[in-house]
Amino acid sequence: MSRDDAIRLAYLAAAVLFILGLKYLSAPRTARRGNVFAAVGMLLAIVATLVDARVVSFGLIAAGIGVGTVIGAFSAQRVKMTAIPQMVALFNGVGGGAAALVAASEYHVLAGDGVTSLDGKIAVSVMFSAVVGSVSFAGSLVAFGKLQELLPGRPITWPAQKLVNAAAVVAILTLAVVSATSVDQALFFPMLGLALLIGVAAVLPIGGADMPVVISLLNSFTGLAAAATGFVLGNDALIIAGTLVGASGTLLTQMMSRAMNRSLANVLFGAFGGGPAAGASAKAGTNGDRPVRDVSATDVAVLLGYARRVVFVPGYGLAVAQAQHGVRELAELLEKRGVDVKYAIHPVAGRMPGHMNVLLAEADVPYDQLWEMEQINPEFVQTDAVVVIGANDVVNPAARDDPSSPLYGMPILEVDRAEHVVVLKRSMATGFAGIDNDLFYDPKTMMLFGDAKGSVIKLVQAVGAL
Amino acid sequence: MEDVALVTQLTVFALAVFVGFEVISKVPTMLHTPLMSGTNAIHGIVIVGAIVVLGADRGGTLAAVFGFIAVVFGTINVVGGFLVTDRMLQMFRRRPAEKR
Repeated sequence: MSRDDAIRLAYLAAAVLFILGLKYLSAPRTARRGNVFAAVGMLLAIVATLVDARVVSFGLIAAGIGVGTVIGAFSAQRVKMTAIPQMVALFNGVGGGAAALVAASEYHVLAGDGVTSLDGKIAVSVMFSAVVGSVSFAGSLVAFGKLQELLPGRPITWPAQKLVNAAAVVAILTLAVVSATSVDQALFFPMLGLALLIGVAAVLPIGGADMPVVISLLNSFTGLAAAATGFVLGNDALIIAGTLVGASGTLLTQMMSRAMNRSLANVLFGAFGGGPAAGASAKAGTNGDRPVRDVSATDVAVLLGYARRVVFVPGYGLAVAQAQHGVRELAELLEKRGVDVKYAIHPVAGRMPGHMNVLLAEADVPYDQLWEMEQINPEFVQTDAVVVIGANDVVNPAARDDPSSPLYGMPILEVDRAEHVVVLKRSMATGFAGIDNDLFYDPKTMMLFGDAKGSVIKLVQAVGAL
Repeated sequence: MEDVALVTQLTVFALAVFVGFEVISKVPTMLHTPLMSGTNAIHGIVIVGAIVVLGADRGGTLAAVFGFIAVVFGTINVVGGFLVTDRMLQMFRRRPAEKR
């Protein structure tokens, strides 16, 4: 067996490990094993590539892998779980950047070799990975900036936006065709520059709340860009792994937009949804004068301590206040008193679908206490008390009842069907979407104002004292 | 068609599209974030392309600079991606047996 055959067999084994990895990642019990499988596949693919006859110099490779490992491992260990979405955005961005750089390097080498015109396959795949990789790189950095609140979370728009973007896209396509048919680096690099600008311009008008969908889409873009470099270099491992991510990432993106009852087109071009800044500054609007029931921690403790069934609805407010540990403690206290406790997780609770599950898991909440929206909604009628912590839009009954509401049609947790609702909230400010919530004015709703963490600690003490 | 390699590559590509769709079609919402993070790590496979480009040692300084940055970026993507996914997943544990 030749060395090339051995390498290709190793790539095949890596591809099998990636597929098994993805499959295992899709079920809670096997997910961690799936990640390990995929990592082993990656190691195998890298080792196989290092023995490739085309690879003749190793010094810079070793240095590059060393630097990348230190940065990657350090940031992965240090990142807070609430900051996971932006970390994923960054890792995705550098992947896209790598794909674009591989294409750029290959183009530069071909130009240096005196190639005047690229053949069809190379032309399409070099241009695709260069442009899509650059878009993914720049777009991911903007997404990171928005989630990290370095950039304003609200949609940023400017005049003739779509026209300008369309013109840039046409320019990119033209430069791609021209620089492929007659190789000229003075056209190729400006094209990369434009692709970076388009990446920025495409993500700036999208609100912070929609960033997870954007990251997921850019994730699948990076996969496809990596697959395209596989066509350039004639490498099956790149084609398979890149395409797997491209396809599964597209499906995941659709699942996420569906969870918010938005079409992908609406997310990308709708300029809907404020950021944290817009939400906090918006005033209560027409409901400003309506009375709410302001209660004390002791009142709530009595209600919860003597309830039979309690459901917690955690939102991002809980995560930013780092109140998840306190909530778990409160839940355990209630369980000791014989209360049946569940957590209702809206598909977009947190900053990404599934993000809330990660945050609660971090606080040692057993995952079989976490209930998804479809399972828990029929149970609210038999629930004595629902405790909404730092969530707003996902429990807004207007999404179900008011066709004029911008939220109308978004699936919600139907907490207003429970006997009592307790809302832990900092103030009467509106949620991420900047829309007022009738739930807060419902006679059966009690408002416990204050920082989520402080309120939860008070509740723990008050329930403990019962 | 003369380009046998291209046809083979397109075959591989088409099959991978279907596998990619099928393999995650029944994932619960709670795993969306870890799954996105895991697929994110897998596209770090682009490191393989970066190694080929940098290791071939062709095209002078500019190609080497591009290749080097690509290797660094690809490694960050792979190492960071798998580690952060593992950190998320190690938190998913069942309720201790005695409480069931």
